[in-house]
Amino acid sequence: MVSLMANGGGHQYDLVSASGDADLRLIYGGDVRPVNLALIPAWKDLQPFLQSPSFNTIAGKHYGVSFEFGPNVLLYSTKTFKTAPTSWSVIYNKKYAGQITVPDDYIQIADAALYLSKTQPKLGITDPYELTTPQFNATVALLKAQHPLVKKYWDLASQEESLFQSGTTVVGAAWPVAVSTLIADKDAVAETIPKEGATGWADSWLLATNAPDPNCAYKWMEWMTTPQIQAEDAVSYGETPGNKLACPIMDKIQKGSCEGLHANAPASYFQSLYFWKTPLATCDNGKNDCEPIQNWVAAWTQIIG
Amino acid sequence: MSETAIREDRSSKGMARVSAALWRRGWLRATLTLTPPLAWFLVIYLASLVLMLVTAFWSVNPFTNILQHSWTLANFNQLFTSPYPTIILRTVEMAAIVTVTDAVIALPFAYYMARVASPRTRRLLFTAVLLPLWASYLARVYAWIVILQKGGTLSWTTSHLGLGAVNIGYTNTAMWLVFSYIWLPFMIVPLYGALERIPESLLEASGDLGAHAWRTLRLVVLPLVLPGIIAGSIFTFSLTLGDFITPLLVGGSNAQFIGNVIYNNLGTANNLPFAAMLAFVPIVIMTFYLLGARALGAFESL
Repeated sequence: MVSLMANGGGHQYDLVSASGDADLRLIYGGDVRPVNLALIPAWKDLQPFLQSPSFNTIAGKHYGVSFEFGPNVLLYSTKTFKTAPTSWSVIYNKKYAGQITVPDDYIQIADAALYLSKTQPKLGITDPYELTTPQFNATVALLKAQHPLVKKYWDLASQEESLFQSGTTVVGAAWPVAVSTLIADKDAVAETIPKEGATGWADSWLLATNAPDPNCAYKWMEWMTTPQIQAEDAVSYGETPGNKLACPIMDKIQKGSCEGLHANAPASYFQSLYFWKTPLATCDNGKNDCEPIQNWVAAWTQIIG
Repeated sequence: MSETAIREDRSSKGMARVSAALWRRGWLRATLTLTPPLAWFLVIYLASLVLMLVTAFWSVNPFTNILQHSWTLANFNQLFTSPYPTIILRTVEMAAIVTVTDAVIALPFAYYMARVASPRTRRLLFTAVLLPLWASYLARVYAWIVILQKGGTLSWTTSHLGLGAVNIGYTNTAMWLVFSYIWLPFMIVPLYGALERIPESLLEASGDLGAHAWRTLRLVVLPLVLPGIIAGSIFTFSLTLGDFITPLLVGGSNAQFIGNVIYNNLGTANNLPFAAMLAFVPIVIMTFYLLGARALGAFESL
């Protein structure tokens, strides 16, 4: 997607929908341009933490309009776990060797970093997307130790679904859409957000620098953030809507879906989510000693290779 | 004579003149016939390969993914750093095992088809061998997931036979089975062709000179079908080398193949130059493979 936009895509596309891990690459690559939020009336109804998030807003300039998000939850078999696991430690536990599945994605490193930030405070990890070399190495070591325990690194949510349906795996990291599908299928599974919190993704609509039809693009962003469309999108894809007013409409479409997808959750729930953002060499503390994205990608290839 | 007829007559005279001119100039005829396919070959096949080779020595800005057109050997050097040697070795190993498996299964099968079966049975067997190729590759791989996964067809069958549940879903064994199944027709068909061409008299002569069936097979049949085996193995070996769908769907946590790394470099990492460099690995391996086959005399009887 980043390549599509970089290699001349800006002339071909008006908008790009990207998760936080790609946003900064698009912004610094000059592929997208600031958005005039005065033209997006529903912006003021977005969850407060989605109005100016650091993954699409730089120095007060908004480069995108957030629309939907979701947590990366801990999915487990209720046959194996009588009560919900309280810690992510289960996916690093030898006891479940060969029954664990995690996504095949470099951003998975942040999940391990989040776990270490709570379980090994000595490392001093404050932001799972800003890792100094020692913090990064400790995280990669944890994931390498996890590799022999993993049955499958899943590439498609449907793969994870069949892994749990057949009972091949009993615990793993999952997207809410897989959880909804499995629960609708009456499989013995449940999801939880352990005490360490969870990573999450939040998608934004970004306006291409050379958009051929910017007016059309604004109309689209306006439409996509309306409560009705937000609710429909959330229910059909198992996402949480960014627009706070979508909740009652979600329940009209599918009873209980507002609470099920955490659209009405308290602020403490959203604070336990650490949303994907592009790992940069520049840390928030002003130093230039964080591991940048290309090292994350290379390390991930090593972990699974 | 109407006007149209006159015009037709003239045009047919024109055609006759053109064809006469072409008949007289052989070089012109050859040029006109060969230019379109040659141009196609040069532009579509060779030029794209050359472009890929050039791309392999470029790089991308790791942050913005913009292609940088400056020469670098970084991609080439990266091939020799962990984990790529392991991944390349794993791929070659699987391709070799799959090729041997397919050859071992295909040889007796093709022998029966070519030399023993009645024409009717032969047609039936041919259909049976080719039938899977008419169905979607993806559908067949997904079918194997259902067969091999926990509680799937295989483990259901073995546990009902009292052999205990066999769970080989999402393992390298599963990949080996699926690859061997998928590429088997590509080994049977060339082997059948090679076996069919062996004159019966040679086998009879071997028998008359006192050779047993096994000795005839080893000293007469095998050398004669070697080109067929090599032809088949080029398919099974190179198809396994380049595949990424079977490892992705059927493989477990050690299923990174060359194809998967290329796929990831095109998709997630957006590193086209490194993907291009990786794409040359199977080409180089196949070149050595063919040179080796030639050294063994595989092409002498072609």
